[in-house]
Amino acid sequence: MALSRLSSRSNTFLKPAITALPSSIRRHVSTDSSPITIETAVPFTSHLCESPSRSVETSSEEILAFFRDMARMRRMEIAADSLYKAKLIRGFCHLYDGQEALAVGMEAAITKKDAIITSYRDHCTFIGRGGKLVDAFSELMGRKTGCSHGKGGSMHFYKKDASFYGGHGIVGAQIPLGCGLAFAQKYNKDEAVTFALYGDGAANQGQLFEALNISALWDLPAILVCENNHYGMGTATWRSAKSPAYFKRGDYVPGLKVDGMDALAVKQACKFAKEHALKNGPIILEMDTYRYHGHSMSDPGSTYRTRDEISGVRQVRDPIERVRKLLLSHDIATEKELKDMEKEIRKEVDDAVAQAKESPVPDASELFTNMYVKDCGVESFGADRKELKVTLP
Amino acid sequence: MAALLGRSCRKLSFPSLTHGARRVSTETGKPLNLYSAINQALHIALDTDPRSYVFGEDVGFGGVFRCTTGLAERFGKNRVFNTPLCEQGIVGFGIGLAAMGNRAIVEIQFADYIYPAFDQIVNEAAKFRYRSGNQFNCGGLTIRAPYGAVGHGGHYHSQSPEAFFCHVPGIKVVIPRSPREAKGLLLSCIRDPNPVVFFEPKWLYRQAVEEVPEHDYMIPLSEAEVIREGNDITLVGWGAQLTVMEQACLDAEKEGISCELIDLKTLLPWDKETVEASVKKTGRLLISHEAPVTGGFGAEISATILERCFLKLEAPVSRVCGLDTPFPLVFEPFYMPTKNKILDAIKSTVNY
Repeated sequence: MALSRLSSRSNTFLKPAITALPSSIRRHVSTDSSPITIETAVPFTSHLCESPSRSVETSSEEILAFFRDMARMRRMEIAADSLYKAKLIRGFCHLYDGQEALAVGMEAAITKKDAIITSYRDHCTFIGRGGKLVDAFSELMGRKTGCSHGKGGSMHFYKKDASFYGGHGIVGAQIPLGCGLAFAQKYNKDEAVTFALYGDGAANQGQLFEALNISALWDLPAILVCENNHYGMGTATWRSAKSPAYFKRGDYVPGLKVDGMDALAVKQACKFAKEHALKNGPIILEMDTYRYHGHSMSDPGSTYRTRDEISGVRQVRDPIERVRKLLLSHDIATEKELKDMEKEIRKEVDDAVAQAKESPVPDASELFTNMYVKDCGVESFGADRKELKVTLP
Repeated sequence: MAALLGRSCRKLSFPSLTHGARRVSTETGKPLNLYSAINQALHIALDTDPRSYVFGEDVGFGGVFRCTTGLAERFGKNRVFNTPLCEQGIVGFGIGLAAMGNRAIVEIQFADYIYPAFDQIVNEAAKFRYRSGNQFNCGGLTIRAPYGAVGHGGHYHSQSPEAFFCHVPGIKVVIPRSPREAKGLLLSCIRDPNPVVFFEPKWLYRQAVEEVPEHDYMIPLSEAEVIREGNDITLVGWGAQLTVMEQACLDAEKEGISCELIDLKTLLPWDKETVEASVKKTGRLLISHEAPVTGGFGAEISATILERCFLKLEAPVSRVCGLDTPFPLVFEPFYMPTKNKILDAIKSTVNY
């Protein structure tokens, strides 16, 4: 989807650049999907399996799409931050900025038939699965037009047609669910896999190990992805885990440690993992990543880590900057083009926010809908059991 | 009294409860909010018993609600420490620690996350003394968890799970209504020789400010308090809901209805006598809680009072509670048992 938009847009801003450089050997981005091979900066580390190659096959089209998608996600999260501070988003809001490479890299390696299930830090995963910005903002603000019809909020984004099984508030609860999805995929011979994402905090939950055992026992095509951003709320990994090598914690389940700030490395790892899971059963991917915001909007994020650390990571490992450098060094786009793209994205996000702000709050009767299957006839009582009684729709 | 603790053999010894029997409610102190009062109680608890420990997720830096501020610095990382993110493990670990004669004060970050530990609480903590024929017990266990609506908490930061725990003989369930109460009740819970689940109304952490005496005091468990006297109807509640009920009582008074308001404080085992005496006086009962009405603790109170006061009742027992839905996101104002809903119910009960 992003790629087709690219071909119609890039023509307009590339033309002036090309006429300005008559003897340019620049390639036309819009039509260029010829393969480029990029080496990942950091090698993969593996446990009980072979590492995939560090040379990632990609194309200028794809790298530009990474840039565009990550910039969009980043812009969305920043906009959500402002909306939260303006009290238009209420409740708990967990932002993903810094971790965008994971969402885009994963999407590049899989199809919409592969399922993704994740934790509450799900806004960007939703966008990666093809979710619209306006649906995301509407849901965040609790409006009827949101992806979960305003009933889920920040932590519960879902997209059935893209096999995105959502956003879960309870830490670690999504892991056994993910393994169940994988079982169904294997049973139905879908040739698809499930990516169950969880954090370094959730890695200490008992249910992870229960799910791992079951997946390994029955050779399920489940890929468990640990998004290791090094802090579980306010507790650093070295203080909560005896073994912070999360990719090895599967013991009898193979694992791979990946630089989660490098979209290409993520893509390579996910591709490798999908092939592995379809043939051999579960595999763990540990994505070494980082979140710039605190755990949620209620957490300043600086009481348990230094500001120097945060800005340090931003300077050296930022996923968007990395892709920007790639685009510039491979002559795929100029600084100005990228800046223009970012400006467009900013406008896109602002428009989506404005549109979402216009949408209505769900009707009060929605309080009672979808608890049970429709027309189940269950009675629900209000404050006064005698008068306020409704049969659930 | 405090000096005796920790020096004796494995068995925990407890200061006499007459210690707290004097009317703390009339004493003055510093104005504190709920989390500061709880913080003070924890400081005192750790100070008076060298074998008490506070642990849970993120408690080291003070906790997400600041209830454990300063504890790690004062008592050291060996007594106040962070655990990994595993409620079942944390509570199980606490039970074991308590079984060895220590006071384990466990924090569950939000009551909504207590369910992985439910098995440990119900099947282990509640039954330990019983099944070992009193050879072992985990009485030193206290589990603290913030519960209740906070205005925008949504499904997983607003739940009131007290009813699930009231169904388990072998543990105690305590819910304070204000800072002064919280400090005294928490100290009683920590020193009570039974495992206790202590739910703290998170809405009141910053909102409620009250004068809290600075010394060590305890408020007895299983004693309900009549916080407002009246003749026409008895209202029973606990935690943050009492503030709402009090508003309703004031409004009802303007319409000539005199309401008696009781704070249950301890839900299991609850003070049936106080409520019974009150209902025998007024002839009407209204119970209000945030948890959904079906199967909520109000049902237990209603059934018991019906048994004891049947002939004295002038009207059916009224329950003004949360709706039978998951705790909603944007619909929270409709879900909650608000002052107006309570007022309506008061009037319809009185006019029955």
